[in-house]
Amino acid sequence: MSKSTVDAAVAGASAYAQASSLDELLKAEARQLAHERVDPASPYFAGDRSARIDRRRFLGSIAAAAAASTAVRSAAAAAPLGAVEHEVPPDASKAQGYPLDDTSYGSRSQFETEVRVRFKTATPQSSWTFTPLQNGCGIITPSGLHFERSHAGTAVIDPAKHFLYVNGLVKKPRKFSMRDIRRFPSVSRIMFIECSGNGLTEWSKPTMRTVQGTHGLTSTSEWSGVPLSTILNEAGVKGNAKWLLAEGGDGAAMTRSIPMAKAMKDCFLAYGQNGEAIRPEQGYPLRLMIPGFEGNMHIKWLRRLEVSDAPFMTREETSKYTDLRPSGKAVQFSFEMEAKSIITFPSGEMTLDGPGFYEISGLAWSGRGTVRRVEVSTDGGKNWHQAALQGPVLPICHTRFHYAWQWDGKTAILQSRCVDDTGYVQPTLGQVIALRGLDGPLGSIYHLNAIQSWQVASDGKVSNVHDY
Amino acid sequence: MSTITERFLGAAGAALVVSTSASAGPPAAPYGFGTTPSQAELERFFAVMPDGRGLPSGSGSAEQGKVVYEQQCASCHGANLQGGIGDRLVGGRGTLVNEDPTKAPVKTIESYWPYATTIFDYVKRTMPFNAPDSLSNDEVYAVTAYILTEAKIIPPDTILDAMTLTTVKMPNRDGFIADPRPEKFPPAAKSPHQSLMIAPPK
Repeated sequence: MSKSTVDAAVAGASAYAQASSLDELLKAEARQLAHERVDPASPYFAGDRSARIDRRRFLGSIAAAAAASTAVRSAAAAAPLGAVEHEVPPDASKAQGYPLDDTSYGSRSQFETEVRVRFKTATPQSSWTFTPLQNGCGIITPSGLHFERSHAGTAVIDPAKHFLYVNGLVKKPRKFSMRDIRRFPSVSRIMFIECSGNGLTEWSKPTMRTVQGTHGLTSTSEWSGVPLSTILNEAGVKGNAKWLLAEGGDGAAMTRSIPMAKAMKDCFLAYGQNGEAIRPEQGYPLRLMIPGFEGNMHIKWLRRLEVSDAPFMTREETSKYTDLRPSGKAVQFSFEMEAKSIITFPSGEMTLDGPGFYEISGLAWSGRGTVRRVEVSTDGGKNWHQAALQGPVLPICHTRFHYAWQWDGKTAILQSRCVDDTGYVQPTLGQVIALRGLDGPLGSIYHLNAIQSWQVASDGKVSNVHDY
Repeated sequence: MSTITERFLGAAGAALVVSTSASAGPPAAPYGFGTTPSQAELERFFAVMPDGRGLPSGSGSAEQGKVVYEQQCASCHGANLQGGIGDRLVGGRGTLVNEDPTKAPVKTIESYWPYATTIFDYVKRTMPFNAPDSLSNDEVYAVTAYILTEAKIIPPDTILDAMTLTTVKMPNRDGFIADPRPEKFPPAAKSPHQSLMIAPPK
């Protein structure tokens, strides 16, 4: 397939703003990789691992490499995003560290550089950013690294002036301030949100080089708030209510229709994320959480709920988040994010240090329930070995798995597959394509949950491949 | 050790007491928090359904819509609705049925959108991109008429309003099916074996 064909396909795909270019995304990924290749803290570091690299020298090398580059890059050289640069003493045990501030918020180590990377859509307002899964440990995504998908930028909302309205087929329309919302009995759950477009570049050929690019549109936080059923009971849902419209207070006034059964079952309105108020880009001050359903339905900056007897057929649930198949028919209301897993270490563009022991590590999740089992293959799916699940193992939540691997130095194809507690087994890419077909290079765009393959070459270089 | 046990039992006992009193205690819903919004407050909001519920009064023609389009839309969606920074709006009929993995379907309002009411709803709430929710109802009806006329879905002299918009039949009205998942996958094929690598940079 020629590059221009792919570009044309990308321009034509409705998931993208039309002028967006896969080329630009690949360039952004390459720029980020070039940066990380000289960063000893990065899993993509390509320098001499045995050498003790002085931070200042390292920063100098970045600055030199990026001399002709942008101001952003030189700012990064001063201190990575989210960090403060401090002088590094030769021996920290022979000097006082920097003082504790009277009040502070905190920052990460100046030696840590992982960042979200944006897909270069036509505008930076209707766009998305990928979580750097390659660095992750445990199951929680740091709030500042949680993937983003917004349709009209990040809304800036003063919570003192924000209200949630409930109207439509209710006995008593209601208006809640954020103070009101916080008075209700609260719930909290650790759960993943995944964009249904996660992996859309990977249908017909391996495209992105890193796991951030292939799988970075999924993240996990602890979300705290109020059950949606509590809020709906305040208004009193009428007998003929079947659907619920959730509407955001951003410039896109993002809307999705939600079946009432799901709304009453386990949805909640989150004001908390990982122990503090949710981040602006995640919908501050209030976000609808729909456990296990595709990310775009978790309406951010939630301002209104309208109860109805039928779906509204909004733009997002007709022309956008629908899955077109070769028959010309598109699957609509494909809500659940199905069982999926991904090896995050080792993964694309990393280099192994030679034969020997490696702990393969990754994440598994299912929007339909709890991960029951994860298996790992090191020979392209011929043989499968049970991986160890690291607790906690929670429903509708990233689950960390590990597998002890003795690499013999020969070419290997690493894969993982998960089984959830409904018995559903994560399919191969071949199985998905056999069933859903390829309507263009991006397939049916959404809901690609196939097994990912990473090839480890005999020189230790890991790359994204298709092998099924 | 007995101290620890006693402490543990004491704590458990206390928790039990708390939970007992809590189960007896919570007020029956509703809690009564929040207020009743005024009709005027709720009128600020709208959401349009395919049967026309939610459509406001007002009307517009393609001729009026062309003016609105040129002023508000063309810079992103192109002078001929062919797309640019914003989505392509017309064309693409016949491209949805497609077995060719190298050729992308062209999804536009004309070829893909199942309901004309969605155009009104979406344009009114989000457009223009640099000033969302700033067009009058007449302007939204008019620009909807212009797009549908350019897409050859309605005759050029149609006046769109809350009544006529709901009667517009979109070409892809029957193009959607219910979610068949969870799917029953055929057995994993091992032969022929598909193996692809990222092409080296040019």
